[in-house]
Amino acid sequence: MKYQPPHALQPVSTHYCAGCGHGVAHRLICEVIDELGIRERVLAVAPVGCAVLAYDYWNFDVTEAAHGRAPAVATGMKRCNPDKLVFTYQGDGDLAAIGAGEIVNAANRGELISVFFINNANYGMTGGQMAPTTLLGQKTTTSPAGRVARREGWPMKVVEMLTQLDGVAFAARCALHTPKHIRDAKRAIHTAFVTQMQEAGFAIVELLAACPVGWGVTPIQAIELVEQQMIPVYPLGVFKQASSPVSLPS
Amino acid sequence: MPQVVIDRSRCKGCELCFKVCPKKLLRRSSQLSARGIYPCEASDPTACIGCLQCVLVCPDVAITVEDDTDDEQPTRK
Amino acid sequence: MAGNHALAEGAIQAGCDAYFGYPITPQNEIPEYMAARMPEEGRVFVQSESELAAISMVMGAAVTGKRAMTTSSSPGISLMQEGISYLCGCELPAVIANVVRGGPGLGNIAAAQSDYFQAVKGGGHGDYHLFVLAPASVQEMFDFAFWAFDLAFKYRNPVMILTDGLIGQMMEPLTIREPSWPRATPVSFDARDWALTGAAGRPPRSFKSLFLGDGVLEAHNAKLQAKYARAAATEVRYETVATEDAQLLLVAYGIMARVCRETVDRLRARGIKAGLLRPLTLWPFPTAWLAAHAAQFAHILVVELSCGQMVEDVQLAVQARTPVSFYGRAGGGIVTCQELTAVAIERLGIKETS
Repeated sequence: MKYQPPHALQPVSTHYCAGCGHGVAHRLICEVIDELGIRERVLAVAPVGCAVLAYDYWNFDVTEAAHGRAPAVATGMKRCNPDKLVFTYQGDGDLAAIGAGEIVNAANRGELISVFFINNANYGMTGGQMAPTTLLGQKTTTSPAGRVARREGWPMKVVEMLTQLDGVAFAARCALHTPKHIRDAKRAIHTAFVTQMQEAGFAIVELLAACPVGWGVTPIQAIELVEQQMIPVYPLGVFKQASSPVSLPS
Repeated sequence: MPQVVIDRSRCKGCELCFKVCPKKLLRRSSQLSARGIYPCEASDPTACIGCLQCVLVCPDVAITVEDDTDDEQPTRK
Repeated sequence: MAGNHALAEGAIQAGCDAYFGYPITPQNEIPEYMAARMPEEGRVFVQSESELAAISMVMGAAVTGKRAMTTSSSPGISLMQEGISYLCGCELPAVIANVVRGGPGLGNIAAAQSDYFQAVKGGGHGDYHLFVLAPASVQEMFDFAFWAFDLAFKYRNPVMILTDGLIGQMMEPLTIREPSWPRATPVSFDARDWALTGAAGRPPRSFKSLFLGDGVLEAHNAKLQAKYARAAATEVRYETVATEDAQLLLVAYGIMARVCRETVDRLRARGIKAGLLRPLTLWPFPTAWLAAHAAQFAHILVVELSCGQMVEDVQLAVQARTPVSFYGRAGGGIVTCQELTAVAIERLGIKETS
C-alpha cells in the first residue's frame, strides 16, 4: 500500500464543494497527527463557518465554539489540560473579523495552542460575502462592484500582524493549490504541533485555499487564482520560528 | 507495481488531479456517479508510477495508490 | 469578609478548577481574589480580553469536565449571553455570577436587581433556562457557590448566581465550612464518561449545538425541556417568614428580602399581619407555593430594585386570585423599611389613625 488515508480522519465524505481547500487542510492535519502519534491526546475546536461540521470528519475529540471564539475556548481547554494538544481550525470570517480580538489576545498571551487559519478570501458558508481577507477588486455578494480600499479597507494580513507579538513562536503562511505547496503546508502544520509539544508558544499556520463556488469559477481556475491573485498579496513562508530547531519530515 | 484506485463515490469531479498526473492517466469518466457528476477515472491504472501527486491534491481523499509489491497489509495505524 | 470575597472563596472550597474573568465594577474583588488564590491552589486563573472570551474560556474548560466559573456585572453579563446560550445548547456545566449594577446601558455601579428578566427568561437566543440562585447574605454568597456547582453538574447546565453590588461589597461574619443546605443531590463531578479527555480507547466525542438534520433540533429541544421540567419539579428552594396568618405577603429576593424581613416585623408591631416569601431559586421559581397559598392573602406586594420584573412571575403564579402590586426603585436608590412600611399600609387600604 503506497498511500492510506490517515486514521485521524473519519472515512466519510465531506459536505465541502468540489475543489474546496478544506478537504486538503483536514487531511494534512490528520496525517501529521497520525505521524506524531498524538491522536488520543488531541482536543480540537471547530469554527463557525464552512468547517463547522469538522467534528463529523475528525477521529478525535472536538468541540464547537461560538463564531470567532475558538482561541478563547482553546485557552480554557489547554490551561486546564496542559498534557493535551489543542488546536483551532478557523476560517477568515471567524478568525480575522468577528474573532479578531480572541486571536490577537490568545497569540499575545502565548497560549500553547496551534491555530490553522483557512484564508479563502470570502465567507463561504453564508454564500460568498466579503471577508477581511477579500482581495482588492474582488467581487463578492457584499462587494458587488469589487472591493475598494477606500470603502472596505485592505486585505488583512493576519500572519504578518501576529508575527509582531512576543507570544507567537511559530507563524507561517502556506498554500494548498499544488503538490509542492501542499507538502510545504504539511511541514508547517507539523512544526505548529511540535511548537506546542515543546511549549515554545503560540503557533499559527495560514493556509491559502481555493473556494471555487464562492469565487464563481471552476476548481482549476480557482487554483490558478490562488497562484496569480492571492500569493502576490499574501506572500508565503515562515514568518517566525522561535521554537528550538526541529527535524521536519522530508 | 503501484496502481491508482479511485473511489467513485467520494470523487466530486473537481478534476484537480488531471493536470498533476505526470503520466496523464486521469480523466473524466463517461458514467455518472451516484452524486450526479462524472467522476475521475484512470485510463490505465497499472501505468501509475506511484508518485502520489494526485493523492496530495485531492480534497476528498478519493484517491489511493496501492502497491502489490509491498507486503505490508493495508491496516490502519 | 466581603460578599464578593466570600463568593470567590466559596467557589474555591467547592472545587472550582478554573476561573476566567474580565474586570468590571462592582465585582472586581472576585477576579482579584481569584488571581491570588487560584495559583496557590494550583488551579487556573486567566484574565480574559473580554466577557465574550471569558465565557468561551469557561466553555473550553467545561468541555473537558472541569468545574469552571466566571463572574461579571450587568454590561459584561450581556456580552456573555452568546456563550451562555452555547453552554445550554451543548449541555455543559458552568457557574456564572452576576453582581448586578444599574442599567440600561452603562447605567451606574450602584446595586440593582434589574437583570432578573435576562437571568430567568433565557437572556440569549434559543429556548433555554439557567438555574438562577439569589443569595441574601455574605454567608450565602459562600454557601451558594457549592450549590451552584452541584446543580451545574447534576443537570449539566449553567447556573447563575444573581446578586448585586450591595451584597458583593458588604462585610459580614462568615463561617467557612462545607454547607449542608441548600444543596442538590445526587451529584457526580466525575466527568470521564462524557467530557473531552482525548479519544483514547473509545470513539471520539464532540460537543455541538448545531443540529441540521430533519427533526433533530426539535428532539434536542424536547430533551432540554424535559430536563428543565425535571429540575423545576425538584430544585425549587424558598424561605417563608410568618406567612401562616398573613394578610399581606411581601415577595422579594436577595438584598430586598432583608429589607422586607425587617418590614414584616415593623408591620406586625403595628398590628398588620405581614409575611414574606423569599425565593432562593429565581429559576425554577416557587410558582407552586404561590399558586397554593395566594388565596389566603388580601394583597401581595412584590419589592424589587428594578422597575418591576419578578412581579410578572408572581402574577403568573397567582393567576389573579389575589391583587398583586409592585414597589421598587431603579438606578441606585434603595428601598428602606420606613418607606416600605408606608407603602404596605397604603396598598392594604388601611387608614391609620395614630
